[in-house]
Amino acid sequence: MNQEKARSLVFTRRAALLGGGQILLLSTLVGQMYQLQIVESDRYTVMSDDNQLSDRLLEPLRGRILDRFGISLAENDHNYRVEVIPEKVGDLKQVLEQLSRFIPLTDEDRESILLDAKKRRSFVPIAVSENLSWHQLASIEVNAPDLPGVSIEVGQRRRYTQGRNCSHIIGYVAVPSEKDLTGGPFNPLLELPGFRIGKSGVEKQYDEALRGKQGSKRVEVDAVGRVVRELEDKRVEPTSGQDLVLSLDIGLQQFVQQRLASELSASAVVLDATNGDVLALGSAPAYDPSMFTRGVTVREWQDLMSDPLRPLANKATGGEYAPGSTFKMMVALAALKRGIDPNRHVFCPGVYSVGNTNFHCWKKGGHGSVDMYNAHKYSCDVFFYDTAMQTGIDNIAEMARQFGFGAQTGIDIPGERHGLIPDSAWKQATYGEPWYPGETPSAGIGQGFITATPLQLAVMAARLGSGRAIVPHFRRAAIVGAADTPAADEPPALDIPERHFEVVREGMRRVVNDQGGTAFRARIAEPGMEMAAKTGTAQVRHISMSEHLSGVRKNKDLPWQQRDHALFVCFAPVATPRYALSVVVEHGGGGSAVAGPIAHDIMLETQRRNPARANLGQKLAMTQKS
Amino acid sequence: MRWPEPLTTFRRAELSIAEKLRQITWSMLFFIVLIGVFGFAMLYSAAHSVDPWAMRQGIRFLFGLVILVAVSLVDIRVYLRYAYAIYGLAFMLLVFVDVAGEIGMGAQRWIDLKVIQLQPSEVMKIALVLALARYFHRLSADTIGNPLTLIVPIVMVFAPVGLVLMQPDLGTAVMLVLVGAAMFWVAGVRLWKFVVVALAGAGAVPLAWTFLHDYQKNRILTFLHPESDPLGTGYHITQSKIAMGSGGLGGKGFMKGSQAYLNYLPERQTDFIFAMLSEELGMIGGVLLLLLYTVLFVYGYAIAFNSRNHFGRLLAIGITINLFCYVFINMAMVMGLLPVVGVPLPLISYGGTAMLTVLFGFGLLMCVYVHRDLKIGQRGLGDDS
Repeated sequence: MNQEKARSLVFTRRAALLGGGQILLLSTLVGQMYQLQIVESDRYTVMSDDNQLSDRLLEPLRGRILDRFGISLAENDHNYRVEVIPEKVGDLKQVLEQLSRFIPLTDEDRESILLDAKKRRSFVPIAVSENLSWHQLASIEVNAPDLPGVSIEVGQRRRYTQGRNCSHIIGYVAVPSEKDLTGGPFNPLLELPGFRIGKSGVEKQYDEALRGKQGSKRVEVDAVGRVVRELEDKRVEPTSGQDLVLSLDIGLQQFVQQRLASELSASAVVLDATNGDVLALGSAPAYDPSMFTRGVTVREWQDLMSDPLRPLANKATGGEYAPGSTFKMMVALAALKRGIDPNRHVFCPGVYSVGNTNFHCWKKGGHGSVDMYNAHKYSCDVFFYDTAMQTGIDNIAEMARQFGFGAQTGIDIPGERHGLIPDSAWKQATYGEPWYPGETPSAGIGQGFITATPLQLAVMAARLGSGRAIVPHFRRAAIVGAADTPAADEPPALDIPERHFEVVREGMRRVVNDQGGTAFRARIAEPGMEMAAKTGTAQVRHISMSEHLSGVRKNKDLPWQQRDHALFVCFAPVATPRYALSVVVEHGGGGSAVAGPIAHDIMLETQRRNPARANLGQKLAMTQKS
Repeated sequence: MRWPEPLTTFRRAELSIAEKLRQITWSMLFFIVLIGVFGFAMLYSAAHSVDPWAMRQGIRFLFGLVILVAVSLVDIRVYLRYAYAIYGLAFMLLVFVDVAGEIGMGAQRWIDLKVIQLQPSEVMKIALVLALARYFHRLSADTIGNPLTLIVPIVMVFAPVGLVLMQPDLGTAVMLVLVGAAMFWVAGVRLWKFVVVALAGAGAVPLAWTFLHDYQKNRILTFLHPESDPLGTGYHITQSKIAMGSGGLGGKGFMKGSQAYLNYLPERQTDFIFAMLSEELGMIGGVLLLLLYTVLFVYGYAIAFNSRNHFGRLLAIGITINLFCYVFINMAMVMGLLPVVGVPLPLISYGGTAMLTVLFGFGLLMCVYVHRDLKIGQRGLGDDS
C-alpha cells in the first residue's frame, strides 16, 4: 500500500506539472491570436481585401468618324456572340449539337471549342460564334431554357460603312501588336481582350482621342479568379471616345475612288485650295478594311503583300514619282523671281545641248519660238531646259520648297513620304560631287533626281490657285455640331508677287482652254467651271541615244512596269480658284491622254457637288439632332 | 467466484445501469455538446448550408454521444482486461492499411467499412493510451526504476509511430509520441530517461528524414522558410493567417468570412476550420472555443485526481493529453506556429473517425469517473484485491 501511495503521489505531482505545461502552451496560442488578430490585424485586413477585390477595366466606346456632312464612315456595331461556360454546361458536345441548329458550326469549330474548354479553367467563358444575326440571336434567346451555360454577350466591333472607298484615309483598327504593348508607357487598356487600336490612317493619327477613357468596376473574386459579384457603388463608367469629323466629302470620295478604278494603279487628291481641306483622296487599288477588324488570315495577308499593285499602300501620300512637266510652273516662277521676262522668247528646234549632251523636246522637230505662256501651253521642254539653265538649280529648288516639295506636307495621316528636291548642297552631301550644269535641264522638266507625291502635286496646284500656303488636312472638328472652324484662320499668303502668279495661271489656263494646248481634250466647257491645268508624263526608263535616233518606242509597246507615269494637276474655277486636284496614273502613259480625262471628270464632279459650300455647320447640326 | 461483500468504497463498481447513469457528469457532457454545436454552426457557415457537411457531422455527433454514454457504462475492468487486445487490433488495422496502400500504389489512411471510413491511426491514439495505462498500472514505483521495464512500452509507442509514418501521417505520429511521453511522465519515469530517448531520437532524425516523403520534407522546409513557397504549402499558411488576422477582435460576422467563402482558405471544413472560425467570429470566438476546451481539460484532470485506481488515473490523463494534442497542434498549425501536419480540431472539423474517436475517448474518461472509487490491484484485473 506504501508503494501504491508513492505511485499516486508521483502521479499527482507530475500531472500537476503537466497541467502547468499545458497552460503555458495554451497561453502561447492566445498570444499568437493576439499578435495576428489585434496587433497585425490591419495588415491582414488589407491583404484580405487584396485577395477578395479586383478592379476590372471597362472598355470605352470608340469615337465615330464622320465626313464633312456628318455621314458616318466608321462606327461601332454591337457584336453579339454566343458563349458557353463549360462548368455550367452538362455535356458540352450535346449543347454544341443543339446550338448548331441555330448557328452554323463546322466540325473544326466544334473541335477547337472542345479543345479550348479542356485547356482553360472551367468557369472561363468560351466564344462559340461571333457576329450573330438578329434571327440567330432571337432563336437562341427563345431556346435559352434548354441551353444551360449558354449566354449571349455583347461587345463592340468597328464597322467601316464605306468599305474600300476610303480605306487608305480611315485606316483600320486591330489588336495591339507586341510592339504597341511594350513601346509606350504601360496602358492596361491595351491588355484588355478584344481591345483594338488604330493601325493606319486617321484611326491611327487620332487614336488617343477616338479611344476615350476606360472605366472600371470592382468585383469580388474567389481563389481561382471567378467573379462572384460586382460592387455597384465602385463602378466608374468609361468615357466614350470623341467623334471625329473629317473634311472629306464622302460622295466625292466615292466618285474619285470609282473613277480611279478604271486604271490598274492610280491616285488622286482633291483639295480646297483656300484652306487645305482634303475633300477626296483616292488610291487604287484599295483594300477592304473590315478584314482587319474580323482578323486577317495569313493567306489574305500574303496576297496583299505580294500584289504588285500594292493595294495596302496609300499612293497619294506614299507614292514618289518624277513630277515631269507638272513641275514646270516651279521653274517658271523661279525664273520670274530672278527677273526673267515672261515675254522672253526661246527658239525650240526640238533639241537642246549642254556640252556634249543633247536634251530632246517631247515634240520631234520642236515648237519654234515660244514665250513663257505658250511654253506652258505646249509644255515645251526646250524652253524649260533653257530657262532652268538661266535660273540655276538652287533657285528652282527654293521655289519648289515654297510649294511644298521636298518635305512632308504635314497631312494628318501617318506614312507620308517627302519626295526629293535636289540642289547643289544636296548633291555635295549625298554624292560628294558638285552639281554639274548638265544636270539642270532634266530638273527643268521635273525629271532626274526630282520626285514628288501626288499630295505634294495637289498642294502645289492649290497654292498656285489661291496663292496661300495651305496645309492639307483631314480633321475638321472633333465633335459633331461644334463650330465649323477651319476657315477661321486663313492660311498665310505665299511671298510671291501676284503678277508672277498671273503669268503661270495664264499659262495653265491655255493648257486646257486653248486649241493646241496639251490638255485641250480634257477641258471643262461648263461656263464658270473652267479649269487651269498642267499635264505631265514622267519617264520611268532611260531612253538611249540610239533609241532617240531610231524612234522612241511607244508606251503600248512596252511592258507595264516600264511605261511612263501619267500626271495631271489643275485648279478650278480658273477665275476664282477654289478646288485643286492632282491625278497620277502609274505607268499609265501620257499625262494628257490618260490622266486628263480622269482629272476632267473629277474636277467637274467636284464643282457640281461644291462640297465647300457654306451651309456646312447647319447640316452638321442637323445630323447631330437626328 | 463470489466477490467479497463490497465495501462502501467499492460499491460504485457494482452499480446497476440506472445508478451508473446517475454517476455520469452531465455537466461535462453539456460542454461537449456546446463545442459540438459550435462545430455544427461552423460547418454550416463553411457551406452556407447544412449540406454537405453540417448535417452529416451533426448526425455523427449524436451517434457519438450515444457511444460515449455506452462506453462510460461498461465496467472499467473490461477495458483493463482487453487493453492489449484493442491495441493489437488497432495495430493489425494499421498494418493492413499500410499493406493495402503499398498494393494500391498510393498513400492510404482509411479502411472503407461502407457505413464509415475507419482510420486505424485514429483508433490507435485511444488504443495506445489503453495499452500504456494497463502496462504502467501493473508496474510498482520500484520496478519502474528499472530501465529494462521500459523497453516494452517504448516499443508499444514507436511500433505504431513507424507504421503511421509510412502512411505517411506526420500529425498522428507526433501525437502518438507526445501522448506516450506524457504517460511515461505521469507514470513516474525519471527525467534523464526521456533525455536519453530524446537524444537517441535526435540521432535518428537524419535516418528518419530519408524515410520521409518529399511532400513531408517540403512541409517541414516550408514551415521553416514560408517565404520560399508563397503559392504552395506556404500559401495555405499565409491565407490562414490572413483569414485570422483580418477577422480582428470581433470577426467579420457569422457566414461573412470572405477568405473562407471565396475559397482562399484551404480545407476550411477540416484542418483549417479554426481559421474560418477566427475570421468570422474574431479573437473573441477563438478564445471562447479555447476556454471551452480548457474546461474539458480541467474535467480530465479532476477525473484523474479523483480516481482511486491507477489504471483510471493513467487513462484519464492519456485521454486528456490526447485531446490537448489535437487542439494545440491544430491551432498552432493554423496560426503558423507549427508545420502543417494534418491534425483535425476535435468536435469541430468535418470527419467521422476523428469525431467518434474523440467521443469514445470522452466515454472512457466518463467511465473512469463513474468507476472512480473502484480499487484495482496492481496485479489483478480488479478481482484479486
